[in-house]
Amino acid sequence: MANLHRFANPNRFLRLSRAILPWSASLTVLLFIVGLYFALFASPADYQQGETVRIMYVHVPSAWIAMLCYSVMAAASATALIWRHPLADITARAAAPIGAGFTLIVLATGSLWGKPMWGTWWVWDARLTSVLILFFLYLGHIALSRAFDDPTRGARAAAVLALVGFVNVPIIKFSVDWWNTLHQPASVSRLAAPAIDPAMLRPLLLMALAFTAYFVTLLLLRIRAELTSRKIRALQLAQASAE
Amino acid sequence: MDRIYEYLQMGGHAAFIWPALGLTATVLILMLVLSLHDLRTGEAVLRRLEATRTPRRARRSPPDSHPEPNYEA
Repeated sequence: MANLHRFANPNRFLRLSRAILPWSASLTVLLFIVGLYFALFASPADYQQGETVRIMYVHVPSAWIAMLCYSVMAAASATALIWRHPLADITARAAAPIGAGFTLIVLATGSLWGKPMWGTWWVWDARLTSVLILFFLYLGHIALSRAFDDPTRGARAAAVLALVGFVNVPIIKFSVDWWNTLHQPASVSRLAAPAIDPAMLRPLLLMALAFTAYFVTLLLLRIRAELTSRKIRALQLAQASAE
Repeated sequence: MDRIYEYLQMGGHAAFIWPALGLTATVLILMLVLSLHDLRTGEAVLRRLEATRTPRRARRSPPDSHPEPNYEA
């Protein structure tokens, strides 16, 4: 924990993020090129779903990142509430728009995949509804954290929302096991052998890595932008009190 | 040419697959553009603010004098 505390220092974090960003950005580009090559050209069509299986290569990694992003946001919010780390609030605030973006991709691509496979754009089953709630939680967090003149109060209210909303993450994960849903159960699991052909698993994992590297890049950029806006606010307040 | 056309047809599901990929690319790129825009705009404002602060500091401590410690404070 003591090592983690060192990175709560904004200046140290800025130095670290400047070192990581070129690598995460380069890795994102490289992984997207290789991942898209396998996803679009070097993988077979599914025997049941045909070519629509290619939507999976963006839909599933987006879903994983949408849930990872919410977990990061909830962990940062807990850290902010308990230890009052200066960087924790900023991390949660930076993560929310990214999570909303990835969740929007999940919902839209899922709908475009659902129409040809299920015959419907949308159905109010447990998996789809809980992902829609995730999207609203992200929007609520964005609105709440910006709703107060004092950013500290906004951050605290948003942190409580993020923690309460975290209950939705396991609901999303296990909704396909707990309820009868139109959505298929997980095909890639750490506990069992994946129920997916290696020819399709390869592009899926490559795209998941590309999305993860992209998420890290975006998060670092947004944290830097948030740190800059905090500095601006501090300077403006100092100038206003000096005048 | 026929093979490219056939590939783009995506087994008759082109109307679902290409919009899904296009929408994903649009949202991903938009998130990057907006994040970079926020960062660059913020950094420009910060530079301006810091530039207006520097002369005031410079007036307090001339460049040839040692700034620390400040016994006047």
